Amino acid sequence: MTNEKLNEQVVRGVAKLSRLNLSDDELRMFAGQLADIIRYIDDLNRLDTAQTEPTSHAVSGIKDVFREDTVKPSLSPDEALTNAPKRIGDFFGVPKIIE
Amino acid sequence: MKTYNEYLKRIDEVDGRIRAFVHIDREAIHEEARRAKQGFLAGVPVAIKDNLCVRGEPTTCASRILAGFRPPYDAKVVEKLRASGALLFGKVNMDEFAFGSSCETSCYGPTRNPWDTGRIPGGSSGGSAAAVSSGEVPMALGSDTGGSIRQPAALCGVVGLKPTYGVVSRYGLIAFASSLDQIGPITKNVADAARLLTVIAGHDERDSTSVERKGTDYTKALIKDVRGLTIGIPKEYFIAGIDPDVDRAVKKAIQCLRDCGAHTVDISLPHSRYAVSCYYIIAPAEASSNLGRYDGVQYGLRGDESRGMIDMYSDTRTRGFGAEAKRRILLGTFSLSSGYYDAYYLKALKVRTKITEDFTNAFKQCDVIITPTTPTAAFKIGERVNDPLRMYLSDIFTIPANLAGIPGISVPCGFTGEHLPVGMQILGKHFDEETLFRAAYTFEQNTDHHLKEPPL
Repeated sequence: MTNEKLNEQVVRGVAKLSRLNLSDDELRMFAGQLADIIRYIDDLNRLDTAQTEPTSHAVSGIKDVFREDTVKPSLSPDEALTNAPKRIGDFFGVPKIIE
Repeated sequence: MKTYNEYLKRIDEVDGRIRAFVHIDREAIHEEARRAKQGFLAGVPVAIKDNLCVRGEPTTCASRILAGFRPPYDAKVVEKLRASGALLFGKVNMDEFAFGSSCETSCYGPTRNPWDTGRIPGGSSGGSAAAVSSGEVPMALGSDTGGSIRQPAALCGVVGLKPTYGVVSRYGLIAFASSLDQIGPITKNVADAARLLTVIAGHDERDSTSVERKGTDYTKALIKDVRGLTIGIPKEYFIAGIDPDVDRAVKKAIQCLRDCGAHTVDISLPHSRYAVSCYYIIAPAEASSNLGRYDGVQYGLRGDESRGMIDMYSDTRTRGFGAEAKRRILLGTFSLSSGYYDAYYLKALKVRTKITEDFTNAFKQCDVIITPTTPTAAFKIGERVNDPLRMYLSDIFTIPANLAGIPGISVPCGFTGEHLPVGMQILGKHFDEETLFRAAYTFEQNTDHHLKEPPL
């Protein structure tokens, strides 16, 4: 694997997926830095993991957790909306989505 | 013990130079202090890292994107602190969203190291460590995803513990990397770390990764005796490239524990060299997903709405996140994207298994493992800001514990030639915090490093 994978074009695509607008200067800077990081990370390929199971959770013995579906006190609409940048009635206000 | 007013006075005296606090409401503290306090931490001031929700208080993760956010609820650890009688003593600085090892990515600017204000305090819990080190508070809470409690504790000359993953509820901790994050104490000495952990540990149904265990009084583990204890010394952590002063201090500390009756055994953690690579796939991948919620809809900053919803998301995120947050979102989105997922993310999860197995094997031969917490003492402000890879390597010795989920404590163990603190890291088996406390306490009680004060 080579660092060519993370060129400016790929970073532009990833930025779009991430909903980040990057200037040309930022694009150049991030592409260079991320290529360096990926070049370092590519060291992982020296390791044979064909027979290794992936770990997504560090502590074993944790199971799916279920609870009774009971009504409990929770935030009031006013509390839940205290931080809303824009509020319309009991809803978060956002720009129109459907024309 | 000092009164809370003396701590407030200390903050007035020194915080202009240290800049550990990002928010403190003195009126609320006075009001709280007037109420009779009872409990395990009655009247003890505790500073809170700015990524932990405190009801009604600014909680920003040191990010512009959460400007003005005041949570309508308390984090579980904050609830527990209140119930223990502790005095919540303001919010302290951190790297933005805990992305960093120096506190320099904070939107408020860097906190200073109390031992040399031209240097970084470490990160990301740099505000917590600097506040304790400079005597502004006796205790603070931090969070540790790849070393963010232990590394700043080491660089500021205080005690910092990352508990086993699952010991402390993460409810109300603003998420960075959910499979790695853990909240823990930063304190002046080992006994206080045990007291604070006793208060914050425990199962919480609102964090299903918190583990059901019987309540533990960790102060019972403060035993000044390590006879019969076997300490593993991993060769991979005493390598060329680490500061000779750090190497010397940690080896001297190990000798001290030997003199107290512990045995040592040479061990190998052969996959240690892959830990930083593994971490910088997994942590940014989880972060990029966790940070998807900052879109300007429900809280914090909202960008320009005039061109519709998608542009509002992008404008909010572009203006709200700093450079390191953007870098990690890009890296994480890349490694999770189609075409790269197997080569990077899945590969890293497999390497994580290998790193965890290293510890499982090592702990067949020893009770604890001792390493330097960091390869060097505190570096200068600005020194690594433009070299992210070099910054990432600051956490080379602390990251493996997060990947394996094991507990680790950093204890002051000496000073460099420039009189900067050095930390010794003690790692333990899953849920064996008691043995860490025993080893750390024995060392501390046989030395005087923790009694030294920074020249402020």
